[in-house]
Amino acid sequence: MSHMTQVPHRRPVRHHSGAALTAPPRARRRPTSQQWAAWGFLAPVTLYLVLFYAYPLYRNIDLSLRNYTVRSFVQGDAPFTGLANYRTVLDDPTFAPALLHTVVFTTVCLVFQYAIGLALAVFFNQRFRLSATLRALFLVPWLLPLIVSASTWSWMLTSDSGVVNAVLHAVGIGPVNWLTAPGWSLASVIIANIWIGVPFNLVVLHSGLQSIPASLYEAAALDGANAWQRFWRITFPLLRPVSAITLLLGLVYTLKVFDIIWIMTKGGPADSSTTFATWSYQLGFGNLLPAFGPGAAVGNLLVVAALVFGLVYARVQRKQALS
Amino acid sequence: MNGTAMNRSTSRTWWQTAIGVLFTAVMLFPVYWMLNVSFTRDQDMRKSPPDLIPLHGTLEGYRAVLDQQLPYLGTSLVIGLGTVVLTVALAAPAGYALAKLRPRGGGVLSFLFLVAQMIPGIIMAMGFYAIYLSLGLLQSVPGLIVADSTLAVPFAVLIFTAFMSGIPGELLQAAKTDGAGPLRTFWSIVLPMSRNAIVTVSLFAFLWSWSDFVFASTLANGGAHEPITLGIYHYIGNNNQQWNAIMATAVVASLPAAVILVLAQRYVAAGVTAGAVKD
Repeated sequence: MSHMTQVPHRRPVRHHSGAALTAPPRARRRPTSQQWAAWGFLAPVTLYLVLFYAYPLYRNIDLSLRNYTVRSFVQGDAPFTGLANYRTVLDDPTFAPALLHTVVFTTVCLVFQYAIGLALAVFFNQRFRLSATLRALFLVPWLLPLIVSASTWSWMLTSDSGVVNAVLHAVGIGPVNWLTAPGWSLASVIIANIWIGVPFNLVVLHSGLQSIPASLYEAAALDGANAWQRFWRITFPLLRPVSAITLLLGLVYTLKVFDIIWIMTKGGPADSSTTFATWSYQLGFGNLLPAFGPGAAVGNLLVVAALVFGLVYARVQRKQALS
Repeated sequence: MNGTAMNRSTSRTWWQTAIGVLFTAVMLFPVYWMLNVSFTRDQDMRKSPPDLIPLHGTLEGYRAVLDQQLPYLGTSLVIGLGTVVLTVALAAPAGYALAKLRPRGGGVLSFLFLVAQMIPGIIMAMGFYAIYLSLGLLQSVPGLIVADSTLAVPFAVLIFTAFMSGIPGELLQAAKTDGAGPLRTFWSIVLPMSRNAIVTVSLFAFLWSWSDFVFASTLANGGAHEPITLGIYHYIGNNNQQWNAIMATAVVASLPAAVILVLAQRYVAAGVTAGAVKD
């Protein structure tokens, strides 16, 4: 981290480059040639951005505005139908549950990931033997391929022979049909996703904690503040900027979670764990007869939501970089 | 922090270590369980309660990996390395330009990269599907490399820009005075000095493309070259009984993450916090 944090301070190079020039006649032409060089270096990635971000996004919007079938998808002569796909999606009986599940999934995951991550960050911020090593081990769930985590959780949560039900049985709780009961499937994918998201929160919040000066804690301790007061009066308020960024990034990431849910429950049973992300995939790729148009429409709703929060994130981050 | 740590008696520290180990054990239990199941015999798989340690350990699962999953692993390796090369080749020059050459419109471009990271993978997948279908690039390795690189390029540009801003301007000025053009400066000075950033970017690009499931399942499904994530997915779908083989494959698929965590931990931590914390 240390090698990246000093970035914003080194801007005043501009003055140097002007002063160092010894040949005055060429000085005026310099910025132009530098512009050419700069955009030369940027050309590949700009082209890439247009071809592989803008164009897929455009195709997706186009998909959502036409009535595509498998045939017209290949031939490319689908009739323009305006917002018909969006109307189909809004009238779909899956819409309300999917919206509810997306909101519940995102909110519950965020709250728990942040709370657990913060508690662990504060805990690991104390110096004790092995604290750095243990903190590193916490990264494992975040680094594992999602299909690995998801299939491991699926097996742990199976009704008859899963280890979770075995543990519950040992403490006298009857078996729970985690993945097959409509009342539990959303909870199951939420648990798995919290497990995956905690490490990110832990690492980011921990690095935020380290920028809080120790002298503040010492002064508070001298004034007789106990650990609880020190947390609420110093740690929590001073961590607010980092918390805001962590939560916003978490929000954008959680909104688009697809792999976990799809691999564990496929959004079922009976749409009980369907979110916008899995619904979109279900419509476009999950059936024998793909509904590309409505699938793209659902996807675009998701893009709008992600972009709104993404813009908020960019704003907050810029404000913090300036202050 | 130092002060409070020193006041603490050693017995207190010892307890904290114990609690820390306990937390870590709880957190890593699913990983342990994956290992445990991968060594469990077929006939013990449905036992209730399950064995907490593989008493009758078997390597059957791993034999199945060797027999059936090697091509998938090879494909994933090729795709991962391809993604790394493509990502670094695109992002390093861009980072240099944005950090040091002050292009007009650079701010807008940086902003676009930030926004690009927010687009859900499933949307990108649908767009890519439509495009690849008409280009005949579905189920092809290069197609999947390009799609997977979109997971890493915006992040990579951000990392390179941040890192290269830290390279002293005097150094580049000196190179210029010695007659080196921008290309020469980039290749001989900036790039060698950016080793850390290149490592961080490469690690994440590899890991993300290795782990990718969304693009694989939409763009490569049913093709001759499928990555390991699809290998596992087909396994789950086809034979629900052979969980030791599924978990053995999962263990093998987790190896890159484990190796990276052991060998390059500080780069990982740098990458995780890069987007979120601005000093």
